[in-house]
This record gives sequence, structure tokens and C-alpha cells, in this order.
Amino acid sequence: MNINATLIGQSIAFFIFIYMVKQYVWPPLIAAMEERQKRIEAGLLAAERGLSEQAEAEQRAQELISQSKDQAAEIIANASKQASNMVEEAKDVAVQAADKVKAQATAELEQDKARVRNELQEQVSGLVMQGVNAVLSKEVDSKTHKDMLAKLSQTL
Amino acid sequence: MSVETITSSEYIKHHLQNLTYGQVDGQWQFAHTAEQAASMGFWSLNVDSMFWSLVTGLIFYVVFRSAGKKATTGVPSGFQNFIEMVIEFIDFSVRDSFKHKNKLVAPMALTIFAWIFLMNAMDLIAVDWLPQIAAMSVEAMGGDPHSAFFKVVPSTDPNITFGMAISIFILIVYYSIKHKGLGGFFAEILFHPFGKWGLPANLLLEGVALISKPISLALRLFGNMYAGEIIFILIAIMYSVGIGFGVFGGLLQVGWALFHILIITLQAFIFMTLTIVYMDMAHDNEH
Repeated sequence: MNINATLIGQSIAFFIFIYMVKQYVWPPLIAAMEERQKRIEAGLLAAERGLSEQAEAEQRAQELISQSKDQAAEIIANASKQASNMVEEAKDVAVQAADKVKAQATAELEQDKARVRNELQEQVSGLVMQGVNAVLSKEVDSKTHKDMLAKLSQTL
Repeated sequence: MSVETITSSEYIKHHLQNLTYGQVDGQWQFAHTAEQAASMGFWSLNVDSMFWSLVTGLIFYVVFRSAGKKATTGVPSGFQNFIEMVIEFIDFSVRDSFKHKNKLVAPMALTIFAWIFLMNAMDLIAVDWLPQIAAMSVEAMGGDPHSAFFKVVPSTDPNITFGMAISIFILIVYYSIKHKGLGGFFAEILFHPFGKWGLPANLLLEGVALISKPISLALRLFGNMYAGEIIFILIAIMYSVGIGFGVFGGLLQVGWALFHILIITLQAFIFMTLTIVYMDMAHDNEH
């Protein structure tokens, strides 16, 4: 255990090692660690932001859903109202058409009735005229009594 | 190689002797005896301490450098994770105790912690293995195995611990003068704490406080590791006593080694923390 030049050798080696560690070991390692720390920090921040964004989006989606539900209900209500309106209108139209048809039919019926009555009148008057002719064939000249005959057939 | 014939005290002495390279009678050579090593004076080198110190230092540097080269900002691999854990621990310690701006302190703290830890960890290799290999290779090369001294734990050599402590002392003085000025540095020693009329007392107190920093650093580490090493050596002697003692010694060695892991780490941590604190005090400019 003698103090000798080993002391100086160790001092020199010590300084050289300190220098080399300071130059080539410490900076890259600490830089990598700090860089990673920053990245982790950024990642955590991004995750947090993502979570809050997700919550926001969910809320927005909920709002949209309730909105569209309201809209749908409105549309359905409108549609049913419209449908009942249409039914009413159709009913009115149908009633009108039916009335029209009925009126027409009544008119036709009246016409037919008039026509049949005329025909009957003519036939009756014809028959009467025949009968009268048969009765009066000798005394009544159809030509001279034409006016009287016409008046008669008219009143029949 | 007649290891069986040596006495316990010879065994212990052999284990505590460094392999010293220096001048004997004007000739550069390895010391063959402890007396020869002592006679070499200051200009000699403890080759074994220096060698293992550099080997452990290089292991530390290469491992950390390779981690630094491969460092990614993505998901770290297990190895990088481990290195980053160490770096983070050092960085935390430095931020905690060092309040100033100096880019040297954190790398220095890392160097001190990892290097001293590895040097201390050499203690966990069974005390006889590496010296025995050294002795056998010396014998194979035709040398005398008894003079093949080989101490494998650099931090049990005061030269190593004082070498580091004195380097740190130089840095302390350098940064003190840099941040307080030459006047400020000496004013702190001369006029503190009793004002200028208590100058001799101030010089005594502050001088001792300053000098005690490197001495306590070096001696604390050296003392702890040296004591641990001696206990390992004493346990190893038990193996030669008999089979009962051998088994008991084996258990003791495992127990002491487990406990020593704590001491190794603790001493490295203390050395590092005190260095950081001393550097912080050197930067303080509040007196």
C-alpha cells in the first residue's frame, strides 16, 4: 500500500472518462429520454383531446337523433292530417259526382217519361182517330175535317 | 506451486500486495517482494490496480456508449431500459442536490457511480480466482509464482481512491475560483465564519473543511472496500483448515458477498452524492 504514480494514472483516466462520457454518452441518452418524454406527453394530451372530442360527438349525435325524431313525428303528423284531408276531399268529390249522376239520371228519366207520354198520347190519339174514322168514315171527310181532327188529336 | 506450505499471514500479505512496476537499483522491473515494492518510491505503478481500473472503466464506457448509439425515442428495449433507469437515477440525484448550471456534473456523477460500482464489484469474484490464474500464467511463462502479486479490486488501492478524490478536489477548487473569483475563494477561507479579526481560526476551520473533502471521500471508499476484501480473505483461509470449516466458510462467503452487494452500491452512491454536493457548494456564491 504505497502511494505512487498510480494516483496520477487514475486521475488522468478519471478525467478522460468524464470527458468521454460528457461528450459521447450523456447527451444522446438524455436527449432520447427527453424526446420520448415529450412524445408521451403529446400522446397523452392527444388521447385526452380524443376522449373529449368523442364525448362531444356523442352529445352531438344524441342531439341529432332527438332532432330527427321530432322531425319524423312532425312529418307523420302532417302526413296523417293530409291523408284525412284527402279522404274528406275525395268524399266531397264523390258526393258531388254522385249528385250529378243522380241529377242526370233524374233528367233522363223525366225526358223518357215525357217521350213515352207523347208516344202514348199519339198512339191513343191514333187509336181514337181510327175509331172515330171507323165511326165517322162516311160522314166525315178526312180532308174537310182535318183541322178539327188535328185539334182533337192535340187535346188527347 | 506450493500454495499449501505458505502460512496464513503470508497468504494475507500476498493478497494485499499490489503488482508494482518500478525501479529497483536503477532497473525497471516488477517488484518481487513487498519490501522491493516499497523501496520503489513514488515513481512506480500498481499495474494490477491500474489494469482493472481501466478494464472496468472501459466496460462501463462501452456499455453506456452502445446504449447511447442505439438510443431510440420509441419503445426502449430491455437493455436500453436498464441504462435509462441508471441515467434517470443519476439525473434525479443531480437535480436534487445540484442547483446550478454545469453540464459536467451529471456525466461526472454517472462516471463516478458506474465506475466505482464496477471496481467495487470486482470484490464479488472469489478472492483467489484471478490471482491464481495470474500466478499460474506467470509460472507457465517461467516466472516465480510467489512474486506474482495480483490485487483485483482497484478500490482497495488508496492510489485509485485518492486519484479520483484529488481529481474531484481539483474540480472543486477550479469551479470555486471560476464562480467566486480568486478573491471570493480566498475570502471564504480567510474571513469566514468569524470575520477578518478571526483570520487564523477561519483559516484553520475552512482549510480543514476544504482538505477533509477529498480525504474523507478517498478514505471512506478505500476503508470500506479494504475491510470487505480482508474479510473475504479471512473467510478464504477457512477453506484450508478442514472440511467442516470449509463448508462453514462457504456459507459465510455467500452471506458476506450478498451483504457486500449492498456495500458496493452504497459506497458508489455515497461517493457520487458527496461529489455532487461538493460541486454544488463550489458553485454557491452566497457567503
